Amino acid sequence: MESLIKIENAHFSYPAAEENAKPVEVLKGVSLEFEHGELVAVLGHNGSGKSTLAKLLNAVLLPTEGKVTVAGMDTKDEENLLEIRQHVGMVFQNPDNQIVATIVEEDVAFGLENLGVPSDEMRVRVDQALQAVGMYAYRNHAPHQLSGGQKQRVAIAGIIAMRPDCIVLDEPTAMLDPQGRKEVMRTIKLLNRDYGITVILITHEMDEAAQCDRVIVVDHGTVRMDAPPEKVFSHVQEMRALGLDVPQPTELCDLLRKAGYHLDPEIMTPEACADAIAALLQ
Amino acid sequence: MPILEAKNLTYTYSIGSPFEKTAIDHIDLQIEQGEFVGIIGHTGSGKSTLMQMMNGLLKPTEGTVLLNGQDIWRKGCDRRAVRFEVGLVFQYPEYQLFEETVYKDIAFGPKNMGLDEKEIDRRVRETAEAVGIAAELFEKPPYALSGGQKRRVAIAGVMAMEPKVLILDEPTAGLDPQGRTKILMQLAAYQKRTGCTVMLVSHSMEDVAKYVSKLLVLSQAKIVCFDTPANVFAQGDSLEEMGLALPQITRVFHNLRARGIDFDDEVYTVKYGAELLLKKLAERGGGSC
Repeated sequence: MESLIKIENAHFSYPAAEENAKPVEVLKGVSLEFEHGELVAVLGHNGSGKSTLAKLLNAVLLPTEGKVTVAGMDTKDEENLLEIRQHVGMVFQNPDNQIVATIVEEDVAFGLENLGVPSDEMRVRVDQALQAVGMYAYRNHAPHQLSGGQKQRVAIAGIIAMRPDCIVLDEPTAMLDPQGRKEVMRTIKLLNRDYGITVILITHEMDEAAQCDRVIVVDHGTVRMDAPPEKVFSHVQEMRALGLDVPQPTELCDLLRKAGYHLDPEIMTPEACADAIAALLQ
Repeated sequence: MPILEAKNLTYTYSIGSPFEKTAIDHIDLQIEQGEFVGIIGHTGSGKSTLMQMMNGLLKPTEGTVLLNGQDIWRKGCDRRAVRFEVGLVFQYPEYQLFEETVYKDIAFGPKNMGLDEKEIDRRVRETAEAVGIAAELFEKPPYALSGGQKRRVAIAGVMAMEPKVLILDEPTAGLDPQGRTKILMQLAAYQKRTGCTVMLVSHSMEDVAKYVSKLLVLSQAKIVCFDTPANVFAQGDSLEEMGLALPQITRVFHNLRARGIDFDDEVYTVKYGAELLLKKLAERGGGSC
């Protein structure tokens, strides 16, 4: 089966800010494939090009060189635009910037109205989407009465009501508190597991990346690592050098290993870490 | 005498309306000169309301705020002067940059204090250096800077007033790990050098635990505890019930304790955790190879 999203040698440059200046090359030849049903995190420091990469995935931006195809459709072809955006939906960082209506369920219906979905079908899809993100009880609330995490889940519902194969989330938890973060991560994982939606999560939070199946590390516009999280985080020094971090349990095990103790470099969770240490102490 | 003190402090929004809500509920708090205080609590716990009362932006509905022992809402008190002494950096302060150049933006506060050019220049240069903004950037318009740089310029703008107490509301929100560490290290160095008092609101206990001398935990408009990070994290589960996330390293050690492997001290930094473990492993005299 063909990949859901295929990026072939994509380059991207933003036009120069001033005359006579060189354009700024943000992506320098990225090739990646995303399969149906994957849960992928994209890590990279500020300015690494990860948000630009995300915007290539549903034709918000077009590569200046190379090619991006979504379900076999070239994103450069303007005729495909509407269909591509129905395959791949995006959720952004600030929930307040992406909520448009004054009632939760109307906000979720906004995308469907634009797609011209018949109203009885719309009713069903809106209810299902709100149930999927656990916000059905709030369907008649005004968005400003909701917490940040709740608003972000409404934004996600608005996307999944359009029944995309894939959602791309650009730092969806950056503005949320720990409670809100947990809610959003739980929702994302549930959508992936129970609804088979492909999730591409751009994040700065290492513990969120640790919960995904695959982690892609972007640096200076190129892909530096692409592996399961336990493999990626086992490269403690390399991650640091890239301006990133590793989960604290991984770091602790790394320090003990340096002192000569045998510990699995792929430990990520506090529980696994405590298990390994308890075994060492016995 | 504490530099900043809250007595029976209360703030209620929209009194008499159906939306009436008490955001801070009769709290007492003493902040000593030179302390580096981290403030944690979930959204809606009252953190921002408390911070805004501390520099006189909000007038308490009940109780008092004392700066150097004096009520900031007493008759005849110059509250403009209070705000020069208690500087407040809001969340996402980079949205508040408005001057034509970086230099002018940092100079805005000191200029309003009526300082002379020479003093303003000294302060701009000193604080820009403290937050790692190079002099080459001084004549650039703020919009030409990166997000992290803008954030640091905004912080410098408040530091340049040389407040006795510097309050920052989530200064690391939205930054990458390196950006977060940079700002926190710069703040710690600034605090050490000037001896000023710093209060820092944050959601990230892992980041904050390394730097602060005390942690203030707010929940439902009340102070739950105000103590050293070690004593606060020792409470473990009750913090998680309040919707706060314990540092992962602390969870490793709580997990070990549950298995009967105890340590004398509470662990909230990886470095210290490794130190304790290596000591214990050496005592057992084995395992190393």
